[in-house]
Amino acid sequence: MIDPQMEFFIDPSRCIGCQACYHACAECETHRGISMIHLEYVDRTESPQTVPVVCMHCEDPACAKVCPADAIKKTSDGVVQSALKPRCIGCSNCVLACPFGVPRYVMDFDQMMKCDMCYDRTSAGKRPMCATVCPSGALAYGSRDQIERQRQMQARNAFVFGPQIVRTKVQMMLPAEEGELEMDVEAFMQ
Amino acid sequence: MPDSPAWKDDFPIAWTDDHFVTRREFTKSLVLVSCATFAANVAVSTLGALQESGQHRYPETQVANTTTLAVGGSRVFYYPGPHDPCLLVRIDSESFVAFSQSCTHLGCPVHFQSETRSLYCPCHEGFFSVEDGRVLAGPPPRPLARILIEKRGQELWATGKIG
Repeated sequence: MIDPQMEFFIDPSRCIGCQACYHACAECETHRGISMIHLEYVDRTESPQTVPVVCMHCEDPACAKVCPADAIKKTSDGVVQSALKPRCIGCSNCVLACPFGVPRYVMDFDQMMKCDMCYDRTSAGKRPMCATVCPSGALAYGSRDQIERQRQMQARNAFVFGPQIVRTKVQMMLPAEEGELEMDVEAFMQ
Repeated sequence: MPDSPAWKDDFPIAWTDDHFVTRREFTKSLVLVSCATFAANVAVSTLGALQESGQHRYPETQVANTTTLAVGGSRVFYYPGPHDPCLLVRIDSESFVAFSQSCTHLGCPVHFQSETRSLYCPCHEGFFSVEDGRVLAGPPPRPLARILIEKRGQELWATGKIG
């Protein structure tokens, strides 16, 4: 079980695009050399700013809800696991359904693989691999008290997609005046 | 109307609620259990066969003297432990044989019958050959365990056990 005091915080404004998290992820013992994190460019023509994308571990995970093979499970401590190998049929429904664009279909294994918050480590009291190597603190794992003491931004975990609010286990660091983060997907697509 | 459709109970998202066993998982466990049972049977029978045919070495012990045992005579000694009675028989002037005294049927002590040249168990009329301990008659299922006897001058030493 993951210590309920420990939480995962993402601060995209601190990301320097070094890709240390990408390489560290592949080193996690249960990931078998496959990295399950990726960096997104906010607007590559305008800025080199990147954003690390890890699974947000939704309270009501869309990926698991759309899985026809019942292959994605959520543990009692709120971590949405990667697809179970014996069950996953590689249909990519989860890839399309995730509002954060996290799951990736790995063709070599014909299986979806996604961030599981390094469950082998976090359930044993260790930090996820990415959080151990991030030099700028864009990915941080610790208690809320500790983060609030060190940062000016506030941790938020509610994201508004049209009429739907998605609440997540992973926290996003936002300016203090921000409440729920409005995600205008349509505008982004244009 | 319930809050969620019934099929959702069969495919829960929470790991702790998921008790579904796939056909593949069930078949895999079935094959593994069968293989484990087969391997255990092979191991048990192999060990049993090795123990039956094997000769066991124990510390050598002097059990008698040739001068104290007449031809056709027998005497009890304990080998390899103090609670393992054995029977030493002098068949002729040069030959000595020894067997465990416990009948292989139900463990009664066997006795030497010089007139029939056999070892006799009075409990259920079991007979064993004095030459090699094989079953001649009666209910015993196996030959008697044989004690290896070595003659050193006038001394007789037990050097091991077969069976």
